[in-house]
Amino acid sequence: MSEKEVVPQVYSPSPTVTEKPGSLGHLLKAPESFLDKSTIAAVSKSGVDESRRRLLRTSFTTALAGMLGAGISSRALASEGDPDILTLPPWSKSLGKAVATNPYGQPSKYEANIVRRQSPGLTQTDQSSVSFSPLQGMFGMITASGLHFERHHQGWVDVDPRRHRLMINGLVSKPSVFTMEELMRLPSVSRIHFIECGANTGMEWGNTAVPTVQYTHGMLSCSEFTGVPLSLLLEHAGYDKARAKYVLAEGADGSSMTRTIEIGRALDDVIVAYGMNGEMLRPENGYPLRLVVPGVQGVSSVKWLRRLEVGDQPYATKDESVHYVDLMPDGQHRQYTSIQEAKSVITSPSGGQRLMTKGYYNVSGLAWSGRGTVARVDVSFDGGRNWYTAKLEGPVLPKALTRFNIGWVWDGKPAILQSRVIDSTGYVQPMKRQLKEVRGTRSVYHNNAIQSWQVAESGEVENVQIS
Amino acid sequence: MFRFPDGVARQFSVLLVAAALAGCGQESDGKSEAVTVITPPVASPWQSSFEDIGRAAKPAEIAAWDIDVGPDFAGLPPGSGTAEQGEEIWLARCAACHGDFGDSNKFFSPLVLGNVTQQDIETGHVAALKDPTRVRTTLMKVATVSTLWDYINRAMPWNAPKSLSTDEVYSLVAYLLSLGYIVDYDFELSNENIAEVQARMPNRNGMTREHGLWKVDGEPDVHNTACMTDCETHVEVASSIPAFARNAHGNLQGQMRTFGPYPGVDTSIEPGAETAPVLVAEVPSETEAAPAPEAGLATSAPMELLTSNGCLGCHQIDNKLVGPAFTAVSEKYAGRDDAVVYLSRKIRQGGSGIWGGFMPPMPQLTEAKAEEIANWLAQ
Repeated sequence: MSEKEVVPQVYSPSPTVTEKPGSLGHLLKAPESFLDKSTIAAVSKSGVDESRRRLLRTSFTTALAGMLGAGISSRALASEGDPDILTLPPWSKSLGKAVATNPYGQPSKYEANIVRRQSPGLTQTDQSSVSFSPLQGMFGMITASGLHFERHHQGWVDVDPRRHRLMINGLVSKPSVFTMEELMRLPSVSRIHFIECGANTGMEWGNTAVPTVQYTHGMLSCSEFTGVPLSLLLEHAGYDKARAKYVLAEGADGSSMTRTIEIGRALDDVIVAYGMNGEMLRPENGYPLRLVVPGVQGVSSVKWLRRLEVGDQPYATKDESVHYVDLMPDGQHRQYTSIQEAKSVITSPSGGQRLMTKGYYNVSGLAWSGRGTVARVDVSFDGGRNWYTAKLEGPVLPKALTRFNIGWVWDGKPAILQSRVIDSTGYVQPMKRQLKEVRGTRSVYHNNAIQSWQVAESGEVENVQIS
Repeated sequence: MFRFPDGVARQFSVLLVAAALAGCGQESDGKSEAVTVITPPVASPWQSSFEDIGRAAKPAEIAAWDIDVGPDFAGLPPGSGTAEQGEEIWLARCAACHGDFGDSNKFFSPLVLGNVTQQDIETGHVAALKDPTRVRTTLMKVATVSTLWDYINRAMPWNAPKSLSTDEVYSLVAYLLSLGYIVDYDFELSNENIAEVQARMPNRNGMTREHGLWKVDGEPDVHNTACMTDCETHVEVASSIPAFARNAHGNLQGQMRTFGPYPGVDTSIEPGAETAPVLVAEVPSETEAAPAPEAGLATSAPMELLTSNGCLGCHQIDNKLVGPAFTAVSEKYAGRDDAVVYLSRKIRQGGSGIWGGFMPPMPQLTEAKAEEIANWLAQ
């Protein structure tokens, strides 16, 4: 059982907040509605005595402070202005901290909610498990390294780079060994690619199962990876061009994860990577060396990479025979499913969030394709009846996340938001029912269906599936 | 978007760079000077220049690491073992997680749970895979016996991978297969007869590569169209998370940014009760002292020992995992006079029956190291 205690972090008013009528912003409902029913009943019955007056004042100001992006009230309108402007905050009137107070920088303490999380009950152990990236709180196309999703098969390890070796053997004329120093002397490339677990959105094949985009789509990240092209290393080792059909990649961790990569893929754009977003890989992401197989489900991007073997047939390893095989309705399993087909999702607003008021919102999301680039993203606000083309934020790169944005004016009525990507091959992201018609509901992997978020009149956004 | 052909773009950018550099020069007097276009080397730099980087792998090194065994059994080391021998090893090293008969779902999905028939062994298709009500086990899915051998050899046991001998791996594979009636209990599996066993694997014909997801130019299953107006005529919500499960992933309010246009919904309260008083102030203020480190086991844990010996694979400090939490062990024994002696013996020799499971022996720990862990637990 992997359930962790969840400590919610909520908006913290400054210490002087009880003196303040609230900051300028959205319209709030009448303060009465912030009181619980028993207090309202007591006040109706007995009137407002001093203790209740104090309670009321506290409830009122607490509620104002607690409402996010809060709150113009009649008192605020009557005051001279926003107390957060009129009363200078402590950070404007004090000496800041020294350089290198944090030799390795950390996010603001106010960002403590935007972290990787496990889905309770998804896995029975914490070592063979997943933590999901908080897509709902992220911007642009790059995933902060500390927020990159994790998938380990037997726990993560912190490998000593001085003791790490990469071996290339099999159908090669020069079986070779490289140290990290040697690998880092070789010509390198830096490219931005997404990594998506084949099981991303796998919990949603049947019914709606998880509440937020973190859990529906969070086995997804995008980084700039730096390393040696695999093609260069294969050439260097003299791979047998006549007989080589597959490459086996193997990790140095306890699981020594292995995956088969077809030679065409291996010679294309695969990177033997040590750098990630300008620094070395994080241990959870394979420090000091991992494979990055662009466009292919993440399990092939073997972490803590220690060995590459060139062969003439697929290897049928555990993670391509027992797991990462897609069960079809006829009882056959599809083996060696690899490509992550075009997919998109709206990340804000998304499940578990709430619109505070009617009016304009920037609707934003991510799109990607394992077969090429994102050509277009359309967004629907009425469950797929009508679609509008969103704006793509550059750069739009092959096999990388692409950010899209579109403006929307919410009229306060129920709405269903969806996004639909079209990639450079002309492939249009499918509706869930279209996928289910071919694959049924038990194939676990490669669910790239259109995602629906329902906005209720209350503004609450909920994960739904539509018929 | 219009694009220059690659060569044109490159020359163009070289001109721009050259012009920019000229602009920085001291002689720059506003007059345009003839710019020499420098063509960058076209050939890749890795033709001959780094052949000496890296070195030849030695035969013993390849033998040490090249442990994979594929469907053609290339690389399978000679050896043998019976299901009966496998059972003994299983009970000692595997059953704590997988159950005595490979049927436990406590820590991993079941390996064996019926659903494999003699008819499946004949046809090579596990019929129960068509039935959505059946639990899918490893023996139902796996098509190749090499997969079982390879994986057990490289990654098992969970907390001590690569510690099994070759014969032990043969024995364990035989035991696992016997649980599915693929081989008999007295069957001796070896490198000589493993191909015959392959011919009895119940789902050996259950895998297909006939799909479009293997290659980048594969044919997709589904061809949606990019309809723009009046597309879906009937939109109805068919599935959503039931109200009782609203808070099952914890309070979503605490999983969203605390400011901005899309705050989190407080899922600890009923929908529609959104206007109840809002929680406040969980963020420590600037002046608040850092929380004092927790006293107790966690702060004094011999992490190096616990990590390098795989203890943390089954035990956590505060939570029950495969085995009991260290805090629970400590609570139970810390008061006993012989706690250190008792616990160090248990750590080295293993045990069962006390916490409802089984702990494998840890003979790799010296007495002194086991005592160090025991001392920590008995504090």
